[in-house]
Amino acid sequence: MAELSREQESHRMGMHTEQLAGRSQQIFFAPEEAENFASPDAFDVDFNKRGEFDVTEMTQNQINLKIRELMSQGYGTIVVQNPGAKHSLGVGILNRLQLYFEGSLGYFGCGLIDGPNVRISGRVGWSCAENMLSGTVVIEKNAGSTFGAAIRGGDLVCKGDVGSRTGIDMKGGSIIVGGRTGAFSGFMMQRGRMVILGDAGKNLGDSMYDGTIYVGGKIANLGVDAVEGEITDLDVRWLERKLAIYGLEAPDGARNMTKIVSGKKLWNYDNLEPMEKKMVL
Amino acid sequence: MCGIAGLIHRGRSGDIGREMTSMLQALKHRGPDSAGFALYGKPDPDRQIMRFKVAEQEDLAKGFKIHQQMRDRKATVDARLAELGATVEQEDQATEYAYRYIFKFDGDLKRLADYLEDIEDVEILSLGHALELVKDLGDAGRVSEQYGLGAFQGTHGIGHTRMATESDVDIRSAHPYWAYPFNDVAVVHNGQLTNYWGSRRALERRGHRFMSDCDSELIAVYVADRIARGDDLEAAMKRSIHEFDGVFTYLVATSDSLGMAKDVMAAKPMVLYESDEIIALASEEVAIRSVFPHEIDTFDPYEGEVRVWQS
Repeated sequence: MAELSREQESHRMGMHTEQLAGRSQQIFFAPEEAENFASPDAFDVDFNKRGEFDVTEMTQNQINLKIRELMSQGYGTIVVQNPGAKHSLGVGILNRLQLYFEGSLGYFGCGLIDGPNVRISGRVGWSCAENMLSGTVVIEKNAGSTFGAAIRGGDLVCKGDVGSRTGIDMKGGSIIVGGRTGAFSGFMMQRGRMVILGDAGKNLGDSMYDGTIYVGGKIANLGVDAVEGEITDLDVRWLERKLAIYGLEAPDGARNMTKIVSGKKLWNYDNLEPMEKKMVL
Repeated sequence: MCGIAGLIHRGRSGDIGREMTSMLQALKHRGPDSAGFALYGKPDPDRQIMRFKVAEQEDLAKGFKIHQQMRDRKATVDARLAELGATVEQEDQATEYAYRYIFKFDGDLKRLADYLEDIEDVEILSLGHALELVKDLGDAGRVSEQYGLGAFQGTHGIGHTRMATESDVDIRSAHPYWAYPFNDVAVVHNGQLTNYWGSRRALERRGHRFMSDCDSELIAVYVADRIARGDDLEAAMKRSIHEFDGVFTYLVATSDSLGMAKDVMAAKPMVLYESDEIIALASEEVAIRSVFPHEIDTFDPYEGEVRVWQS
Protein backbone atom coordinates (compact mmCIF):
# COMPACT_ATOMS: atom_id res chain seq x y z
CA MET A 1 0.00 0.00 0.00
CA ALA A 2 1.25 3.43 -0.86
CA GLU A 3 2.58 5.59 1.95
CA LEU A 4 -0.13 7.81 3.39
CA SER A 5 0.39 11.55 3.19
CA ARG A 6 0.38 13.52 6.44
CA GLU A 7 -3.03 14.86 5.57
CA GLN A 8 -4.40 11.39 4.85
CA GLU A 9 -2.88 10.14 8.10
CA SER A 10 -4.44 12.89 10.11
CA HIS A 11 -7.82 12.29 8.52
CA ARG A 12 -7.60 8.57 9.22
CA MET A 13 -6.96 9.37 12.86
CA GLY A 14 -9.83 11.81 12.93
CA MET A 15 -7.44 14.66 13.66
CA HIS A 16 -9.02 16.88 11.03
CA THR A 17 -11.90 17.36 13.39
CA GLU A 18 -9.49 19.25 15.65
CA GLN A 19 -10.14 22.23 13.40
CA LEU A 20 -13.36 22.66 15.28
CA ALA A 21 -11.45 23.18 18.50
CA GLY A 22 -9.98 26.37 20.01
CA ARG A 23 -9.38 29.47 17.97
CA SER A 24 -5.64 29.09 17.75
CA GLN A 25 -5.98 25.37 16.98
CA GLN A 26 -7.68 26.14 13.72
CA ILE A 27 -4.47 27.41 12.23
CA PHE A 28 -1.38 25.34 11.61
CA PHE A 29 1.40 26.72 13.71
CA ALA A 30 4.11 28.64 11.89
CA PRO A 31 6.32 31.40 13.34
CA GLU A 32 5.38 33.84 10.60
CA GLU A 33 1.73 33.45 11.53
CA ALA A 34 2.28 34.29 15.16
CA GLU A 35 -0.11 37.20 14.97
CA ASN A 36 -2.94 34.73 14.35
CA PHE A 37 -2.45 33.38 17.84
CA ALA A 38 -3.06 36.65 19.57
CA SER A 39 -6.46 37.80 20.72
CA PRO A 40 -7.20 41.35 19.51
CA ASP A 41 -7.05 42.46 23.14
CA ALA A 42 -3.95 40.47 24.03
CA PHE A 43 -1.01 42.18 25.67
CA ASP A 44 2.42 42.08 24.12
CA VAL A 45 4.43 40.18 26.69
CA ASP A 46 8.03 39.11 27.07
CA PHE A 47 8.57 35.62 28.48
CA ASN A 48 11.90 36.75 29.91
CA LYS A 49 10.20 39.40 32.00
CA ARG A 50 9.24 37.62 35.20
CA GLY A 51 6.93 38.76 37.99
CA GLU A 52 6.27 36.98 41.30
CA PHE A 53 3.77 37.79 44.00
CA ASP A 54 2.47 36.19 47.18
CA VAL A 55 -1.32 36.02 47.31
CA THR A 56 -1.85 34.77 50.85
CA GLU A 57 -3.71 37.91 51.87
CA MET A 58 -5.35 38.63 48.51
CA THR A 59 -8.86 37.80 47.34
CA GLN A 60 -9.42 35.85 44.14
CA ASN A 61 -10.58 39.00 42.37
CA GLN A 62 -7.46 40.90 43.43
CA ILE A 63 -5.24 38.04 42.26
CA ASN A 64 -6.81 37.86 38.81
CA LEU A 65 -6.59 41.62 38.42
CA LYS A 66 -2.93 41.54 39.46
CA ILE A 67 -2.17 38.91 36.80
CA ARG A 68 -3.85 41.12 34.21
CA GLU A 69 -1.98 44.19 35.43
CA LEU A 70 1.36 42.39 35.14
CA MET A 71 0.51 41.22 31.61
CA SER A 72 -0.37 44.79 30.67
CA GLN A 73 3.12 45.76 31.85
CA GLY A 74 4.66 43.18 29.53
CA TYR A 75 5.36 40.41 32.02
CA GLY A 76 5.32 37.11 30.12
CA THR A 77 6.22 34.89 33.07
CA ILE A 78 4.18 35.24 36.24
CA VAL A 79 4.55 33.21 39.43
CA VAL A 80 1.65 33.18 41.88
CA GLN A 81 2.77 32.03 45.32
CA ASN A 82 0.52 30.47 47.98
CA PRO A 83 -2.80 30.47 46.11
CA GLY A 84 -4.27 28.53 49.06
CA ALA A 85 -6.91 26.64 47.05
CA LYS A 86 -8.81 29.85 46.32
CA HIS A 87 -11.45 29.57 43.63
CA SER A 88 -11.51 30.88 40.05
CA LEU A 89 -7.85 31.83 39.79
CA GLY A 90 -6.21 32.35 36.40
CA VAL A 91 -9.51 32.49 34.52
CA GLY A 92 -10.25 34.20 31.22
CA ILE A 93 -6.64 34.73 30.15
CA LEU A 94 -6.63 35.23 26.37
CA ASN A 95 -2.91 35.78 26.10
CA ARG A 96 0.39 34.08 25.58
CA LEU A 97 1.76 33.71 29.07
CA GLN A 98 3.84 31.43 31.27
CA LEU A 99 1.82 31.24 34.45
CA TYR A 100 2.96 29.30 37.50
CA PHE A 101 0.91 28.60 40.59
CA GLU A 102 3.06 27.50 43.51
CA GLY A 103 0.40 25.68 45.51
CA SER A 104 -3.15 24.50 44.92
CA LEU A 105 -6.21 25.98 43.26
CA GLY A 106 -9.85 25.66 44.30
CA TYR A 107 -12.81 25.36 41.95
CA PHE A 108 -12.94 26.65 38.37
CA GLY A 109 -9.21 27.38 38.15
CA CYS A 110 -7.92 28.43 34.70
CA GLY A 111 -11.36 28.35 33.11
CA LEU A 112 -12.02 29.96 29.73
CA ILE A 113 -8.38 30.43 28.86
CA ASP A 114 -7.03 30.78 25.35
CA GLY A 115 -3.29 30.65 24.99
CA PRO A 116 -1.39 30.56 28.28
CA ASN A 117 0.88 27.78 29.46
CA VAL A 118 0.00 27.12 33.08
CA ARG A 119 1.75 24.92 35.61
CA ILE A 120 0.30 24.20 39.02
CA SER A 121 2.54 22.58 41.61
CA GLY A 122 -0.33 21.46 43.83
CA ARG A 123 -3.85 20.21 43.32
CA VAL A 124 -6.90 21.68 41.60
CA GLY A 125 -10.55 21.49 42.68
CA TRP A 126 -13.65 20.90 40.59
CA SER A 127 -13.99 22.12 37.01
CA CYS A 128 -10.39 23.02 36.29
CA ALA A 129 -9.86 24.56 32.85
CA GLU A 130 -13.54 24.46 31.98
CA ASN A 131 -14.10 25.68 28.42
CA MET A 132 -10.39 26.02 27.77
CA LEU A 133 -9.73 26.98 24.15
CA SER A 134 -6.00 26.59 23.74
CA GLY A 135 -2.73 26.53 25.65
CA THR A 136 -1.56 24.00 28.22
CA VAL A 137 -2.42 23.40 31.87
CA VAL A 138 -0.25 20.95 33.78
CA ILE A 139 -1.10 19.92 37.34
CA GLU A 140 1.52 18.07 39.36
CA LYS A 141 -0.84 16.51 41.94
CA ASN A 142 -4.53 15.54 41.93
CA ALA A 143 -7.64 17.14 40.45
CA GLY A 144 -11.31 17.21 41.42
CA SER A 145 -14.36 16.29 39.39
CA THR A 146 -15.50 17.70 36.03
CA PHE A 147 -11.86 18.17 35.09
CA GLY A 148 -11.67 19.81 31.67
CA ALA A 149 -15.43 20.10 31.23
CA ALA A 150 -16.30 21.23 27.71
CA ILE A 151 -12.74 22.07 26.69
CA ARG A 152 -12.34 22.86 23.02
CA GLY A 153 -8.59 22.79 22.60
CA GLY A 154 -5.18 22.71 24.20
CA ASP A 155 -3.60 20.14 26.49
CA LEU A 156 -4.89 19.63 30.01
CA VAL A 157 -2.66 17.35 32.05
CA CYS A 158 -3.02 16.07 35.60
CA LYS A 159 -0.19 13.85 36.78
CA GLY A 160 -2.17 12.47 39.71
CA ASP A 161 -5.71 11.16 40.18
CA VAL A 162 -8.81 12.93 38.92
CA GLY A 163 -12.42 12.83 40.15
CA SER A 164 -15.62 11.98 38.31
CA ARG A 165 -16.99 13.23 34.98
CA THR A 166 -13.55 14.06 33.59
CA GLY A 167 -13.86 15.68 30.18
CA ILE A 168 -17.62 15.83 30.32
CA ASP A 169 -18.89 17.40 27.10
CA MET A 170 -15.35 17.97 25.79
CA LYS A 171 -15.29 19.31 22.26
CA GLY A 172 -11.61 19.15 21.40
CA GLY A 173 -8.08 19.20 22.70
CA SER A 174 -6.44 16.58 24.88
CA ILE A 175 -6.91 15.59 28.49
CA ILE A 176 -4.18 13.46 30.01
CA VAL A 177 -4.50 11.85 33.42
CA GLY A 178 -1.47 10.24 35.02
CA GLY A 179 -3.51 8.30 37.58
CA ARG A 180 -7.12 7.15 37.68
CA THR A 181 -10.42 8.84 36.95
CA GLY A 182 -13.87 8.50 38.48
CA ALA A 183 -17.24 7.60 37.03
CA PHE A 184 -18.70 9.03 33.85
CA SER A 185 -15.41 10.21 32.41
CA GLY A 186 -15.91 11.30 28.81
CA PHE A 187 -19.66 11.65 29.35
CA MET A 188 -21.19 13.16 26.17
CA MET A 189 -17.74 13.71 24.73
CA GLN A 190 -17.90 15.22 21.27
CA ARG A 191 -14.35 15.67 20.04
CA GLY A 192 -10.77 15.42 21.20
CA ARG A 193 -8.74 12.79 23.01
CA MET A 194 -8.58 11.67 26.59
CA VAL A 195 -5.69 9.60 27.90
CA ILE A 196 -6.07 7.86 31.25
CA LEU A 197 -2.93 6.04 32.32
CA GLY A 198 -4.51 4.45 35.39
CA ASP A 199 -7.94 2.92 35.97
CA ALA A 200 -11.19 4.43 34.72
CA GLY A 201 -14.38 4.47 36.80
CA LYS A 202 -17.73 3.13 35.75
CA ASN A 203 -19.72 4.28 32.72
CA LEU A 204 -16.66 5.42 30.82
CA GLY A 205 -17.54 7.36 27.69
CA ASP A 206 -21.26 7.24 28.38
CA SER A 207 -23.23 8.70 25.45
CA MET A 208 -20.08 9.92 23.72
CA TYR A 209 -20.73 11.30 20.26
CA ASP A 210 -17.18 11.20 19.01
CA GLY A 211 -13.59 11.54 20.16
CA THR A 212 -11.26 8.92 21.53
CA ILE A 213 -10.40 7.70 25.01
CA TYR A 214 -7.26 5.70 25.74
CA VAL A 215 -6.99 3.80 29.02
CA GLY A 216 -3.83 2.25 30.43
CA GLY A 217 -5.41 0.55 33.47
CA LYS A 218 -8.66 -1.25 34.15
CA ILE A 219 -12.05 0.03 33.05
CA ALA A 220 -14.84 -0.51 35.57
CA ASN A 221 -17.35 -0.66 32.74
CA LEU A 222 -18.25 1.20 29.56
CA GLY A 223 -21.14 3.61 29.36
CA VAL A 224 -23.94 3.54 26.84
CA ASP A 225 -22.72 3.62 23.22
CA ALA A 226 -19.03 3.48 24.15
CA VAL A 227 -17.21 0.64 22.41
CA GLU A 228 -13.67 -0.64 22.19
CA GLY A 229 -11.72 0.38 19.09
CA GLU A 230 -8.56 -0.93 17.53
CA ILE A 231 -5.26 0.69 18.47
CA THR A 232 -3.42 1.64 15.28
CA ASP A 233 0.19 2.59 14.64
CA LEU A 234 -0.96 6.17 14.37
CA ASP A 235 -2.57 5.99 17.79
CA VAL A 236 0.61 4.59 19.27
CA ARG A 237 2.77 7.26 17.69
CA TRP A 238 0.45 10.04 18.81
CA LEU A 239 0.30 8.68 22.36
CA GLU A 240 4.04 8.24 22.69
CA ARG A 241 4.72 11.69 21.31
CA LYS A 242 2.08 13.39 23.43
CA LEU A 243 2.96 11.61 26.68
CA ALA A 244 6.67 12.26 26.21
CA ILE A 245 6.00 16.00 26.12
CA TYR A 246 4.77 15.79 29.71
CA GLY A 247 7.25 13.20 30.96
CA LEU A 248 4.60 10.47 31.18
CA GLU A 249 4.48 6.88 29.98
CA ALA A 250 1.73 4.34 29.48
CA PRO A 251 2.11 1.67 32.20
CA ASP A 252 2.37 -1.23 29.71
CA GLY A 253 3.27 0.76 26.64
CA ALA A 254 1.03 2.80 24.35
CA ARG A 255 0.23 -0.21 22.16
CA ASN A 256 -1.32 -2.04 25.08
CA MET A 257 -3.69 0.75 26.00
CA THR A 258 -7.41 0.22 25.48
CA LYS A 259 -9.00 2.53 22.93
CA ILE A 260 -12.61 3.57 23.43
CA VAL A 261 -14.68 5.28 20.75
CA SER A 262 -18.34 6.02 20.11
CA GLY A 263 -20.48 3.15 18.83
CA LYS A 264 -22.65 5.80 17.14
CA LYS A 265 -25.80 3.79 17.72
CA LEU A 266 -27.44 6.61 19.65
CA TRP A 267 -28.46 9.90 18.10
CA ASN A 268 -25.26 11.42 16.80
CA TYR A 269 -24.08 14.71 15.40
CA ASP A 270 -23.06 12.81 12.28
CA ASN A 271 -26.74 12.55 11.45
CA LEU A 272 -26.75 16.30 10.92
CA GLU A 273 -26.02 18.10 7.73
CA PRO A 274 -22.56 19.73 7.70
CA MET A 275 -23.98 23.23 8.09
CA GLU A 276 -26.09 22.15 11.06
CA LYS A 277 -23.05 20.52 12.58
CA LYS A 278 -21.09 23.74 12.29
CA MET A 279 -23.85 25.63 14.01
CA VAL A 280 -24.12 23.12 16.84
CA LEU A 281 -20.41 22.74 17.44
CA MET B 1 -25.70 24.08 48.08
CA CYS B 2 -24.53 23.67 51.73
CA GLY B 3 -21.04 22.99 52.99
CA ILE B 4 -19.91 20.18 55.26
CA ALA B 5 -16.66 19.58 57.08
CA GLY B 6 -15.15 17.09 59.48
CA LEU B 7 -11.94 16.69 61.40
CA ILE B 8 -10.53 13.89 63.53
CA HIS B 9 -7.34 13.84 65.57
CA ARG B 10 -5.81 10.40 65.80
CA GLY B 11 -5.05 9.34 69.36
CA ARG B 12 -5.22 12.77 70.96
CA SER B 13 -7.37 15.79 71.66
CA GLY B 14 -7.04 19.09 69.86
CA ASP B 15 -8.60 22.53 69.44
CA ILE B 16 -11.57 21.00 67.71
CA GLY B 17 -13.88 23.93 68.46
CA ARG B 18 -11.56 26.52 66.95
CA GLU B 19 -10.61 24.27 64.03
CA MET B 20 -14.19 23.45 63.09
CA THR B 21 -15.19 27.10 63.40
CA SER B 22 -12.41 28.06 61.03
CA MET B 23 -13.32 25.36 58.49
CA LEU B 24 -17.02 26.17 58.51
CA GLN B 25 -16.45 29.89 58.30
CA ALA B 26 -14.38 29.26 55.15
CA LEU B 27 -17.47 27.54 53.70
CA LYS B 28 -19.84 30.37 54.54
CA HIS B 29 -20.42 31.16 50.87
CA ARG B 30 -21.94 27.69 50.44
CA GLY B 31 -24.72 28.49 52.89
CA PRO B 32 -25.19 31.42 55.24
CA ASP B 33 -28.60 30.47 56.68
CA SER B 34 -27.44 28.44 59.65
CA ALA B 35 -24.38 26.70 61.00
CA GLY B 36 -24.00 23.70 63.22
CA PHE B 37 -21.34 21.75 65.06
CA ALA B 38 -21.20 18.23 66.48
CA LEU B 39 -18.12 18.21 68.70
CA TYR B 40 -16.75 15.26 70.63
CA GLY B 41 -14.98 15.81 73.92
CA LYS B 42 -13.55 13.25 76.30
CA PRO B 43 -16.28 10.64 76.90
CA ASP B 44 -17.54 10.26 80.45
CA PRO B 45 -19.31 6.89 80.62
CA ASP B 46 -21.02 7.81 83.93
CA ARG B 47 -22.64 11.00 82.69
CA GLN B 48 -24.86 12.20 79.88
CA ILE B 49 -24.44 15.54 78.18
CA MET B 50 -27.66 16.88 76.78
CA ARG B 51 -28.06 19.92 74.53
CA PHE B 52 -31.64 21.01 74.05
CA LYS B 53 -33.71 24.00 73.07
CA VAL B 54 -37.07 25.22 74.34
CA ALA B 55 -37.94 27.50 71.41
CA GLU B 56 -36.87 28.56 67.95
CA GLN B 57 -34.91 31.79 67.62
CA GLU B 58 -37.75 33.30 65.59
CA ASP B 59 -40.23 32.55 68.42
CA LEU B 60 -38.67 35.37 70.43
CA ALA B 61 -40.28 37.85 68.09
CA LYS B 62 -43.76 36.42 68.60
CA GLY B 63 -46.33 37.30 71.26
CA PHE B 64 -46.00 38.58 74.81
CA LYS B 65 -45.54 35.36 76.71
CA ILE B 66 -42.61 33.68 75.03
CA HIS B 67 -40.17 34.31 77.89
CA GLN B 68 -42.55 32.85 80.44
CA GLN B 69 -43.30 29.96 78.10
CA MET B 70 -39.60 29.18 77.76
CA ARG B 71 -39.18 29.25 81.53
CA ASP B 72 -42.18 26.96 81.92
CA ARG B 73 -40.84 24.51 79.36
CA LYS B 74 -37.46 24.43 81.04
CA ALA B 75 -39.11 23.85 84.42
CA THR B 76 -41.06 20.97 82.93
CA VAL B 77 -37.85 19.46 81.55
CA ASP B 78 -36.32 19.68 85.04
CA ALA B 79 -39.36 18.08 86.61
CA ARG B 80 -39.47 15.23 84.12
CA LEU B 81 -35.74 14.54 84.47
CA ALA B 82 -36.21 14.30 88.23
CA GLU B 83 -39.27 12.10 87.76
CA LEU B 84 -37.25 9.64 85.67
CA GLY B 85 -34.43 9.55 88.21
CA ALA B 86 -31.86 11.70 86.41
CA THR B 87 -29.54 13.73 88.63
CA VAL B 88 -28.55 17.01 87.02
CA GLU B 89 -24.99 17.96 88.05
CA GLN B 90 -24.36 20.94 85.80
CA GLU B 91 -26.65 23.34 84.01
CA ASP B 92 -25.54 25.97 81.48
CA GLN B 93 -27.71 28.35 79.53
CA ALA B 94 -26.10 28.96 76.16
CA THR B 95 -28.80 31.31 74.84
CA GLU B 96 -32.28 32.35 75.94
CA TYR B 97 -33.64 29.20 74.35
CA ALA B 98 -30.76 26.70 74.46
CA TYR B 99 -29.40 24.72 77.39
CA ARG B 100 -26.63 22.29 78.18
CA TYR B 101 -27.12 19.78 81.00
CA ILE B 102 -24.76 17.21 82.44
CA PHE B 103 -26.58 14.54 84.40
CA LYS B 104 -26.39 11.00 85.68
CA PHE B 105 -28.95 8.59 84.34
CA ASP B 106 -28.92 4.83 83.95
CA GLY B 107 -32.47 4.27 82.72
CA ASP B 108 -33.99 3.90 79.26
CA LEU B 109 -32.57 6.70 77.13
CA LYS B 110 -35.27 6.51 74.46
CA ARG B 111 -37.98 6.82 77.09
CA LEU B 112 -36.23 9.85 78.54
CA ALA B 113 -35.85 11.47 75.12
CA ASP B 114 -39.48 10.80 74.20
CA TYR B 115 -40.72 12.12 77.54
CA LEU B 116 -38.79 15.37 77.25
CA GLU B 117 -39.68 15.96 73.61
CA ASP B 118 -43.33 15.44 74.51
CA ILE B 119 -43.10 18.94 76.03
CA GLU B 120 -44.28 21.44 73.44
CA ASP B 121 -41.39 23.05 71.46
CA VAL B 122 -38.71 21.19 73.40
CA GLU B 123 -36.18 19.48 71.15
CA ILE B 124 -33.15 17.51 72.23
CA LEU B 125 -30.30 18.51 69.96
CA SER B 126 -27.94 15.84 71.27
CA LEU B 127 -27.56 13.31 74.00
CA GLY B 128 -24.44 11.32 74.74
CA HIS B 129 -21.30 10.78 76.75
CA ALA B 130 -19.06 12.82 74.45
CA LEU B 131 -21.21 14.55 71.82
CA GLU B 132 -22.16 18.21 72.09
CA LEU B 133 -24.32 19.40 69.24
CA VAL B 134 -24.82 23.11 68.71
CA LYS B 135 -26.70 24.70 65.84
CA ASP B 136 -28.29 28.05 65.27
CA LEU B 137 -29.06 30.66 62.65
CA GLY B 138 -26.20 32.65 61.13
CA ASP B 139 -22.69 31.79 60.05
CA ALA B 140 -20.22 29.58 61.88
CA GLY B 141 -18.31 32.44 63.44
CA ARG B 142 -21.46 33.88 64.96
CA VAL B 143 -22.75 30.55 66.26
CA SER B 144 -19.35 29.60 67.65
CA GLU B 145 -19.06 32.89 69.51
CA GLN B 146 -22.64 32.72 70.73
CA TYR B 147 -22.12 29.27 72.25
CA GLY B 148 -18.48 29.74 73.30
CA LEU B 149 -17.14 26.90 71.14
CA GLY B 150 -13.72 28.41 70.47
CA ALA B 151 -12.18 26.82 73.53
CA PHE B 152 -13.72 23.39 73.03
CA GLN B 153 -11.15 20.60 73.28
CA GLY B 154 -11.93 17.26 71.71
CA THR B 155 -10.91 14.44 69.42
CA HIS B 156 -13.19 15.07 66.47
CA GLY B 157 -16.13 16.94 65.07
CA ILE B 158 -18.36 17.50 62.08
CA GLY B 159 -20.14 20.64 60.97
CA HIS B 160 -22.41 22.21 58.41
CA THR B 161 -23.20 25.54 56.81
CA ARG B 162 -26.68 25.51 55.40
CA MET B 163 -28.32 27.03 52.37
CA ALA B 164 -31.97 26.20 52.94
CA THR B 165 -33.53 24.73 49.81
CA GLU B 166 -36.22 22.27 50.78
CA SER B 167 -37.15 23.21 54.34
CA ASP B 168 -37.31 26.30 56.54
CA VAL B 169 -34.59 28.52 57.90
CA ASP B 170 -34.87 27.46 61.52
CA ILE B 171 -32.88 25.55 64.10
CA ARG B 172 -34.85 22.35 63.71
CA SER B 173 -33.89 22.23 60.02
CA ALA B 174 -30.26 23.10 60.68
CA HIS B 175 -27.57 20.44 60.72
CA PRO B 176 -26.02 18.39 62.29
CA TYR B 177 -28.70 15.93 63.27
CA TRP B 178 -28.46 13.78 66.33
CA ALA B 179 -29.35 10.18 65.54
CA TYR B 180 -32.20 9.88 68.00
CA PRO B 181 -32.27 8.00 70.34
CA PHE B 182 -28.68 6.79 70.17
CA ASN B 183 -25.85 8.14 72.22
CA ASP B 184 -23.19 10.17 70.45
CA VAL B 185 -24.23 9.71 66.80
CA ALA B 186 -24.51 12.80 64.57
CA VAL B 187 -24.79 13.44 60.82
CA VAL B 188 -24.19 16.28 58.38
CA HIS B 189 -25.18 16.08 54.73
CA ASN B 190 -24.85 17.93 51.46
CA GLY B 191 -27.30 16.90 48.77
CA GLN B 192 -30.87 15.77 48.18
CA LEU B 193 -32.50 12.42 48.85
CA THR B 194 -35.23 11.81 46.32
CA ASN B 195 -36.76 8.79 48.08
CA TYR B 196 -37.14 10.72 51.33
CA TRP B 197 -40.81 10.17 52.07
CA GLY B 198 -40.85 6.45 51.34
CA SER B 199 -37.78 5.89 53.48
CA ARG B 200 -39.14 8.10 56.25
CA ARG B 201 -42.43 6.21 56.38
CA ALA B 202 -40.55 2.92 56.64
CA LEU B 203 -38.53 4.25 59.59
CA GLU B 204 -41.58 5.77 61.26
CA ARG B 205 -43.26 2.38 61.11
CA ARG B 206 -40.27 1.09 63.07
CA GLY B 207 -40.94 3.65 65.80
CA HIS B 208 -38.52 6.43 64.93
CA ARG B 209 -39.43 10.09 65.32
CA PHE B 210 -38.63 12.97 63.00
CA MET B 211 -38.38 16.56 64.21
CA SER B 212 -38.15 18.15 60.75
CA ASP B 213 -38.94 17.53 57.10
CA CYS B 214 -35.26 17.77 56.22
CA ASP B 215 -33.88 14.83 54.26
CA SER B 216 -30.61 15.02 56.20
CA GLU B 217 -32.39 13.95 59.37
CA LEU B 218 -33.38 10.78 57.55
CA ILE B 219 -29.73 9.79 57.17
CA ALA B 220 -29.11 10.17 60.90
CA VAL B 221 -32.15 8.10 61.80
CA TYR B 222 -31.38 5.51 59.12
CA VAL B 223 -27.78 5.04 60.28
CA ALA B 224 -28.89 4.82 63.90
CA ASP B 225 -31.52 2.25 62.96
CA ARG B 226 -28.98 0.12 61.11
CA ILE B 227 -26.54 0.26 64.01
CA ALA B 228 -29.36 -0.80 66.35
CA ARG B 229 -30.01 -3.75 64.07
CA GLY B 230 -26.42 -4.94 64.35
CA ASP B 231 -24.52 -3.18 61.56
CA ASP B 232 -21.29 -1.46 62.42
CA LEU B 233 -20.91 2.13 61.23
CA GLU B 234 -19.14 1.24 58.00
CA ALA B 235 -21.64 -1.47 57.09
CA ALA B 236 -24.56 0.88 57.78
CA MET B 237 -23.06 3.56 55.58
CA LYS B 238 -22.29 1.14 52.75
CA ARG B 239 -25.86 -0.09 52.84
CA SER B 240 -27.13 3.48 52.71
CA ILE B 241 -25.31 4.11 49.44
CA HIS B 242 -27.62 1.64 47.74
CA GLU B 243 -30.80 2.39 49.66
CA PHE B 244 -30.78 6.17 49.31
CA ASP B 245 -31.73 7.62 45.98
CA GLY B 246 -30.41 11.03 44.98
CA VAL B 247 -27.17 12.94 45.14
CA PHE B 248 -25.40 13.21 48.46
CA THR B 249 -22.20 13.31 50.42
CA TYR B 250 -22.53 12.90 54.16
CA LEU B 251 -20.44 12.58 57.31
CA VAL B 252 -21.30 10.58 60.41
CA ALA B 253 -19.56 10.83 63.76
CA THR B 254 -19.81 8.53 66.75
CA SER B 255 -18.05 8.76 70.12
CA ASP B 256 -14.80 7.41 68.68
CA SER B 257 -15.07 7.52 64.89
CA LEU B 258 -15.78 9.61 61.83
CA GLY B 259 -17.15 8.30 58.56
CA MET B 260 -17.87 9.67 55.09
CA ALA B 261 -20.05 8.37 52.28
CA LYS B 262 -20.50 9.53 48.73
CA ASP B 263 -23.31 8.62 46.35
CA VAL B 264 -22.75 6.44 43.28
CA MET B 265 -22.72 9.47 40.96
CA ALA B 266 -20.19 11.40 43.06
CA ALA B 267 -22.32 14.42 42.35
CA LYS B 268 -21.52 16.31 45.55
CA PRO B 269 -18.02 17.46 46.37
CA MET B 270 -15.70 16.28 49.12
CA VAL B 271 -11.99 16.93 49.49
CA LEU B 272 -9.94 14.79 51.84
CA TYR B 273 -6.63 15.29 53.60
CA GLU B 274 -5.20 12.37 55.52
CA SER B 275 -2.04 12.15 57.60
CA ASP B 276 -0.81 10.02 60.50
CA GLU B 277 -2.07 12.61 62.99
CA ILE B 278 -5.21 14.04 61.49
CA ILE B 279 -7.92 13.59 58.88
CA ALA B 280 -9.76 16.61 57.52
CA LEU B 281 -12.65 16.59 55.05
CA ALA B 282 -14.64 19.42 53.55
CA SER B 283 -16.78 20.37 50.60
CA GLU B 284 -13.97 22.63 49.44
CA GLU B 285 -10.23 22.54 49.97
CA VAL B 286 -10.26 26.16 51.05
CA ALA B 287 -11.82 24.97 54.34
CA ILE B 288 -9.00 22.53 54.98
CA ARG B 289 -6.49 25.25 54.13
CA SER B 290 -7.96 27.42 56.84
CA VAL B 291 -6.54 24.93 59.34
CA PHE B 292 -3.49 23.78 57.36
CA PRO B 293 -2.21 26.80 55.46
CA HIS B 294 0.98 25.00 54.35
CA GLU B 295 1.09 22.88 51.20
CA ILE B 296 -0.60 19.50 51.69
CA ASP B 297 -1.72 16.65 49.45
CA THR B 298 -5.47 16.32 49.11
CA PHE B 299 -7.76 14.28 46.92
CA ASP B 300 -11.42 13.63 46.09
CA PRO B 301 -12.92 10.36 47.32
CA TYR B 302 -14.63 8.47 44.49
CA GLU B 303 -18.23 7.56 43.73
CA GLY B 304 -19.87 5.12 46.10
CA GLU B 305 -16.95 5.38 48.49
CA VAL B 306 -17.31 4.90 52.24
CA ARG B 307 -14.47 5.53 54.69
CA VAL B 308 -14.36 5.35 58.47
CA TRP B 309 -11.57 6.55 60.77
CA GLN B 310 -11.06 5.99 64.50
CA SER B 311 -10.00 8.75 66.87
